[in-house]
Parts: sequence; structure tokens; C-alpha cells
Amino acid sequence: MYSEKVMDHFTNPRNVGEIIDPDGVGQVGNPVCGDVMRITIQVEDGRIADVKFRTFGCGAAIATSSMITEMAKGKTLEEALKLTNSAVARALDGLPPAKLHCSNLAADALHEAISDYYAKTRTRGQALKVGG
Amino acid sequence: MDYAATTPTSPEVLDAMRPYMLEDFGNPSSIHSFGREAKKALDDARGKVASLLSVAPEEIVFTSGGSESTNLAIKGCATANAKRGRHIITSSIEHHACLDAVKYLARNGFEATYLPVDGDGVIDLNALRAAIRDDTVLVSVIHASNEVGTIQPVKEIIEIAHEKGALVHLDSVQTVGAIPVNIRELGADLVSMSAHKFYGPKGVGALYVRKGVRITPLIHGGPHEKKRRAGTQNVAGAVGMAKALELAVEQMDQEVPRLTRLREKMIDAILSRIDHVRINGHRTRRLPNNVNVSIEYVEGEAILLNLDVKGIAVSSGSACSSESLSPSHVLLAMGVPPEVAHGSLRLSMGRGTTEDDVDYVVEALVDIVAKLRQMSPLYVSGPCDCKG
Repeated sequence: MYSEKVMDHFTNPRNVGEIIDPDGVGQVGNPVCGDVMRITIQVEDGRIADVKFRTFGCGAAIATSSMITEMAKGKTLEEALKLTNSAVARALDGLPPAKLHCSNLAADALHEAISDYYAKTRTRGQALKVGG
Repeated sequence: MDYAATTPTSPEVLDAMRPYMLEDFGNPSSIHSFGREAKKALDDARGKVASLLSVAPEEIVFTSGGSESTNLAIKGCATANAKRGRHIITSSIEHHACLDAVKYLARNGFEATYLPVDGDGVIDLNALRAAIRDDTVLVSVIHASNEVGTIQPVKEIIEIAHEKGALVHLDSVQTVGAIPVNIRELGADLVSMSAHKFYGPKGVGALYVRKGVRITPLIHGGPHEKKRRAGTQNVAGAVGMAKALELAVEQMDQEVPRLTRLREKMIDAILSRIDHVRINGHRTRRLPNNVNVSIEYVEGEAILLNLDVKGIAVSSGSACSSESLSPSHVLLAMGVPPEVAHGSLRLSMGRGTTEDDVDYVVEALVDIVAKLRQMSPLYVSGPCDCKG
């Protein structure tokens, strides 16, 4: 039912964990639905220098989380914002139809983390201006 | 660890079946000697199944398996007795063969009531007493839950139903061949069973139809099975089912206590080695081979796949291991919260399961749960915060 790539990312997930004092945090999903993904990023010079995930969910949820961290690492924020859930599914050689909707949220979690980063830097910027 | 899904056909069963595929392959409806030979084998198989269940041979209808038996019982009985009434009672924890058959009837002029269960998955008898009416034609309940293993108080259910003149169908797919089932003593009117659950072949089952109970066939096309199920009978399958049931009944005295010990060993080990777990189903009135556990903060399919990598096959009540998007209707009916139901596993043991297997599975499960919880954002923000 799952591709070899999905099983590879599921059994040996990349970048598991949480960045301490991250520049951005994104969490999507709901335990009632059976999927929660939390992505933390570290941003340097407009690029994603480091990214880690923690996921509660099925095989597809874990594999897509792992894949998005590989895809996002080193990308500029603009490039990372262009990554989509379907691009993640394609990179994993596809997902079973039932999983395409319920467990394919990893790009959403990454985008949330980037938005969180933007929100933080904006307030910090404003705070600096006010302070200055 | 998934013997509740199916079992391997035992070699003795295959040996008993083989001649009826290779040499004595006749059609039991033919009157020449090949046909008569097949007819004799079919009659013998029917006689054996009937005697092992202490019922009459003409009360056994061979079918293609559990789902067909259940459909024939529910739709066949409701249709044949529609003049008496159009109300059917079942429970909220049935197998889908029953639920979908009842749903079909409910779309076609019947009315259905679904009985609630308690936290252990036991059907509420007072709810049955309150629901049953003069126009209730059929009460259909699962004898023991295929998911959580809870054995229902079927004797009481049948008494309550019969007082009001309703017929009772027991979905005994998980019990016949696994635990003693005394159909006559229980007083059931219709009983479904399936051979591949007790080391027989797939594609064959039976429906017990008490003498005097009328059912309309699902399959029309001839006088087979006393006009209750048309189609050339699966002679080899029936022979295999009879042999399998014979072996299962012979071994029951040893297997029931042996599996019960293994079940308790596994439950004790899981409860002592993994935190935030709960055992689903009744602790004592349950199938000897069934363990159903909810492990919080992890998702069932993820555990299932990790166990599969280690060569262990289990089932999960999580939504993600099914095509539907909601977790097990059985666990939800028992009041298990959806986020907990997602982390549910059914481990079911059988003839091939040893003490060592139980140890191996528990070790693997402990490791996998630890690994997945480390990955889970819920576990980090949940119990870790409380402890730290």
C-alpha cells in the first residue's frame, strides 16, 4: 500500500526533534483526527538553516513530515513557501488515495512555521523601531 | 498476532478436502455415481457440523462464509417475516456485515434500533428491554466482538427477545470453533459461522437455521440447501469446514486455558511496561485469544507498520488503517475518545502462538512505542510536562 520511499522515511525518519529556541514554529492537525505535525525552523540569511519535526500520526503523516524537512533544508523562505503537499506526495512516489487528504499536511506545517517566523521578525522589527 | 483476521488451513483439513477436488469432484445435484459420491460427502460434512454443534443436519445451510451467513440471516429472516413486523434490533458494535445488512433493510422499509454498550463493550440489556416491541421481528447481535473480544450475555438477550416473540440471530463467527457454543441451550434461532476462523478454508461458512424458522434466500436458482441458498455446493469446502470444526472442538479443552494464560501474560506485560495504556473490552468475559489495547500519544497504523517490519502482524482500530476517516465504531461506541481510539491495536493469538512469541511481541511493542512517542508532539507536551 505504501511506496518504498514512504516506508524508508517512515522507518528512518530524518530530522526528528525540536529546535531549541526556534525562529519559527508551525503546528497543524488535531489529535481527534489522528494527525498532529509540529515543525520548528532556524532561519539564517533568509534561508532555512535547520528544520525539525515531531509528528503524531500514521505512516504517511510521519513520512511526509520527514520528506518536507529534507526538501526545505537550505531553501530560501520564498522557495520553501512554494513547496506544496502534493509536491511532498510526489517526492515520496505517491500516497494511497485515502491518505492524500488526511495525512498530507507537512507543507502546511512548514508554511505555518515560516509565517510564524515572519510574524516574529515583524514585531521584533517594530519593537526595534519603537525602541530606537 | 492476527488470528482473529484469519487462520492458516490446517494440513489435516487440506488432506480431507483434496479428494473432493481431484477425484470425487462430482456435482452433488447429479444423479450418476460421481454426483452421488459428492452428495454423500456433502451430507457427511453437514452431519458432522450439525453433530458437533448438537443440532439437526437440516438446520445447517452451507454458505460462502461469515458475511454471507450474516446477510442471509438478517435479510432472509426480515424479508420472510415482514408481515409480522418491520422492526429490527442490533447493537452499535456489530461487524459491518451485520451493520450494512441492517442499513440496507432500513433503506427498504424496515426500522432499525442500535443498542448501546457499556465501557466494556457489553450490550445494555435494559436498553434491549426498552427497545423491543410487538413488531420487532429480529434481534441480531455479535456473540463475541471481533475487535475487543467481549462475549455478550446472549442467553439473556435471547430470553428477552423470545418473550416478545422476536427471533434472534447470533453472529458467532468469532466464537464457533473458539469457545464452547451450545446453540440449543442458548435457544438461538439463527447462528452465523465461518470456517477460516478455525483453521478451515476461506470461502466457506454456515448458517444454522432453527427448524421452523423461515428465511428468504439471497441467491435464487435451484433447490440446493433446501431452497435456502442456490448454487452448486462447495463440497470440498464443506468437507474442510467439518474437519476443521472437529479438530477445533477436540482441542478446545486445551486451547482455551492455554490461550487465556497467554492473553493474561500479554495484558499484564503491556500494562506494566507501557504507561498511558488501557485494555479495551471486558477483562474476564472475553475471547481467550483477544488482546485489544489503546496506547495514548501514538497512532495505531504507525505501530502496526513498525511491528510488521519486525515480522509481527496485528490489526488496528485507527482510522488510518482503514479506508474510512474515523476510528473503530466499536471503540467509539464504548466511549473511548477518538484521539485514544486512533492508538488502538488488536493482538489475537492462535494455535501457533507460544510464550516466546508473547515475549517477543511485548519487547517489540515497548521499543516501538518509545520511538514513536519520542517523535510525537503530544507526548512531549503531555506527560513530559507533567513529570518535568
